[in-house]
Amino acid sequence: MNALVVPRYDIQELLLFEELPLLPMSSLIDSLFAALELITQQDPMLWTVVARSLWVSLWATAISSVFGICFGAWLAVSRFDGRAVLLTLLNTLLALPSVVVGLVVYLLLSRSGPLGHLGWLFSLKAMVLAQSVLVFPVVAALTRQCVEDADRLHGEQLQSLGAGSGLRSWLLVWDERYVFLTIVITAFGRAISEVGAVMVVGGNIEGFTRVMTTAIALETSKGDLPLALALGLVLLAVVLVLNIGVAAVKSWCLRMDGAASNTLQKVWV
Amino acid sequence: MTPQLKLQGVVVQFGQHRALHQIDISVHAGERVAFVGANGSGKSTLLRAIHGVLPVTSGHIHWHGQVQQAMVFQRPYMLRTSVRNFVALALWLQGNNWSTSKEKAFNALHQVNLQDLADRNAKTLSGGQQQRLAFARALAVHPQCMLLDEPTSSLDPHAKREVERIMQDWIADNATTLLFSSHNLGQVKRLATRVVYLESGRILADLPTEQFFHQPLEHSHPEAHLFLRGERV
Repeated sequence: MNALVVPRYDIQELLLFEELPLLPMSSLIDSLFAALELITQQDPMLWTVVARSLWVSLWATAISSVFGICFGAWLAVSRFDGRAVLLTLLNTLLALPSVVVGLVVYLLLSRSGPLGHLGWLFSLKAMVLAQSVLVFPVVAALTRQCVEDADRLHGEQLQSLGAGSGLRSWLLVWDERYVFLTIVITAFGRAISEVGAVMVVGGNIEGFTRVMTTAIALETSKGDLPLALALGLVLLAVVLVLNIGVAAVKSWCLRMDGAASNTLQKVWV
Repeated sequence: MTPQLKLQGVVVQFGQHRALHQIDISVHAGERVAFVGANGSGKSTLLRAIHGVLPVTSGHIHWHGQVQQAMVFQRPYMLRTSVRNFVALALWLQGNNWSTSKEKAFNALHQVNLQDLADRNAKTLSGGQQQRLAFARALAVHPQCMLLDEPTSSLDPHAKREVERIMQDWIADNATTLLFSSHNLGQVKRLATRVVYLESGRILADLPTEQFFHQPLEHSHPEAHLFLRGERV
């Protein structure tokens, strides 16, 4: 029987012989300037990657929000055998690793997979699908919790009006709609910040499926840390701008609610 | 005469806790029944079970024919919509089309003097206005039986008077059944024709209002007697 030979490495030796990229404080400042330069110079590569990231993540958020809110609202008011198991499963899926999602979607879309005939692998559609699968449990679980809490407090009164469980869940979703803005933003944050799933199913092809997170991963592995950090800063800035936008919309709607409900009235009609 | 509502051996249990024990009671059309008792005696549970929003563990609740009911809760839930739409929703759920519902809703708002606030958001109303709105929503469906769960307990004295005035006007104009719970014994005297005293989920006294308040109960119904003296909480 062959003896297992375990090579011994000394970390100090490794640090001496390998040219590991180190990031002094000045590099952080450099990367900040690099980021500003990329933004101000309107670097086409950067903006294409940003636009592609937004396109993929916004579609994924929209798709998962529609299905997640419907499923979560239904689950909140439904009572059936095995519901507790389904809830546990759904909550477990909140911790779903993105690479696992990527792998599963990859297997589904690969030529020999059940969805192979679609020819989506290494395309933006595959990336949207992977992110939708990843984000769906977040939207569904948070919606379920939100609607179930509201139903516990107010469900009887809606039931008293004659609203069945389906209508009740929709009325509660409608009434708690501002909370759903937060849920959707959370879902978008999860989608745009993940790297594993889009890397596996998109392949990080330059000019085609490269998005901000995969670009950051690539630049880091190449040792171009300032560029990687610059991309990271741009990613954060994009999410910040979106959050500010949603907060502004939410605050405007709440102000409108307080003043008069003419706008919302039209929605009812 | 067949009672409009009959409860036979109704039991409601929450886990290990039994909230109602073998409740038997009959109510005839047009009766105004007040459920009184300390907190946790089962008044709200009984009303919710009668209304059908709380499932009973065992026993039967039988309504004679199709009886249109409406319930006003202690703290009414306001949807994030206009006052008029809030009432219209109840009518729409009864099968009316939306434009008819809105018209009828406006008439119901007149009854509770909220017509000037028809376009306000229901969530922005004061507590008293919200309770009046809940009444408007209940009145709009022309109930044959109205259930009120401590409708004035969370209101200030002025709002209490306003809501009670609406109740009295409604009683004067309609010979419909009224089932309500209250801690306000003055209100019970003014509105009820019959008083049911509950304690720990059991009915311990069921008497006409006159008899409940003006006849000695220390021997026939000692618990109710102590409750009236404020010694049973």
